[in-house]
Amino acid sequence: MAKIIVVTSGKGGVGKTTSSAAIGTGLAQRGHATVIVDFDVGLRNLDLIMGCERRVVYDFVNVINGEATLNQALIKDKRTEQLYILPASQTRDKDALTEEGVAAVLEELKGRFDYIVCDSPAGIEKGAQMALYFADEAIVVTNPEVSSVRDSDRILGILQSKSLRAKEGEEPVREHLLLTRYSPARVAAGEMLSVADVEDILAIPLLGVIPESQDVLKASNQGEPVILNDEAQAGQAYSDAVDRLLGENRPHRFLEEQRQGFFQRLLGGGRG
Amino acid sequence: MSTPDFQLKGSTVTVVVLELHRYTPELFPAQLEERIQQAPALFQGSPVVVDVEQLLIPEGQLDVPGLLDQCRGAGLRPIALRGVGESLAEAAADSGLAILPAAASRQRRNIREEAEPARDVEIRTEQRAAPAARPTRTITRPVRSGQQVYAEGGDLIVLAQVSEGAEVLADGNIHIYGALRGRALAGVHGDAAARIFCQHMDAELISVAGHFLLSDGIADTLHRKPAQVALEGDALSVEPL
Repeated sequence: MAKIIVVTSGKGGVGKTTSSAAIGTGLAQRGHATVIVDFDVGLRNLDLIMGCERRVVYDFVNVINGEATLNQALIKDKRTEQLYILPASQTRDKDALTEEGVAAVLEELKGRFDYIVCDSPAGIEKGAQMALYFADEAIVVTNPEVSSVRDSDRILGILQSKSLRAKEGEEPVREHLLLTRYSPARVAAGEMLSVADVEDILAIPLLGVIPESQDVLKASNQGEPVILNDEAQAGQAYSDAVDRLLGENRPHRFLEEQRQGFFQRLLGGGRG
Repeated sequence: MSTPDFQLKGSTVTVVVLELHRYTPELFPAQLEERIQQAPALFQGSPVVVDVEQLLIPEGQLDVPGLLDQCRGAGLRPIALRGVGESLAEAAADSGLAILPAAASRQRRNIREEAEPARDVEIRTEQRAAPAARPTRTITRPVRSGQQVYAEGGDLIVLAQVSEGAEVLADGNIHIYGALRGRALAGVHGDAAARIFCQHMDAELISVAGHFLLSDGIADTLHRKPAQVALEGDALSVEPL
């Protein structure tokens, strides 16, 4: 049975698209047929992060409007088997996403894939609500700072009240907390909320903690999901998160500040 | 601008209503006295609203100053007139009492059609509290930022947390077993006996029957501790549990 996972946050710029790309890729690496759907109609970032922006011909809205078939719009990832991307349209706005249209597309995707990862736009308006409406599970991406945590709390409330599962009175959407851009040094300095603080406020299970790292930015700019970088702590942290999503038990890593060794400092001290 | 020396607040009080059906100046004081003697402590010096809506005689025949004098003579303190029609408006205004709009009750009309009541005057206390049956609403999942939960006519039990920016309201008491970080308003329809109980007091705002306190009004010693909130007189008291 295909699972629909929404990656959402309320707040913008916290790492939804980066996380969608990493987790979608991770699921496909583990042998699950996966499609990542870009719900951010009008802005279209996922294809950049996935490095397939030059291969976009048809998009999500074309499929909804019947101007293209799903096969024409789906882009096959060149690095990872079993991974596809359904890009968003850049020339339309969120009103192009009708409930019936989205439902029909997702229904068709369910027949072909094990996991459908929905990359939500920021905000709590129509685009974000449409991205989470059909979800079975939700990954709430949060940065360790108060406004991001508040917005995540808000989006959790919307998941509980406005999703299809909530409306139909089914089992509620399963929620996961993904803490991104985490810097143990800044937590120690009291400049950031700690993992415990965020867990205490949001009270949902912790899926993973992704350390703040230059590797993430580099990966995005190169159009290569950071999870493909085994060397990077961020990549390893995403791998752990995907394993946990699939029900495996992995201890959380990279939560403590790492003392830089003498040689590291001599060599310019790149962390991660 | 200086801070004012007072605060204007909305509040609900229980008051005695003297519902007048007929008025015979010679008989009224004795009837009133007889009724008051049944519970002198309750009525002595008690504020009273004189309701003339059920009056079965033409309003014009009512001697308002005389009636009020007789009430005062019996130890009552008339504070307002209710259900005053046009023909009495002037006399009512002259009395210096407050004029209240007619009570909006469905049963009103029927009384007029019934056989004449045995007495001219009937005194009853009117309670504006919640109805007798108080269903409890139980919430098991967190109340998140931007959500609002209202337990109408009864108590509210929240088994999870109430997040910052969330609001829980009840006509009765509120019990919160997770952290209270948002707003909790008990007795929103004026039940001054309502209370708030919580395991982790970190509220943005607490209120009972319209009297409220912001987070900075709550003692630091109770911060994130089990606490209960009750209305004492005109002020909220927050005590450890």
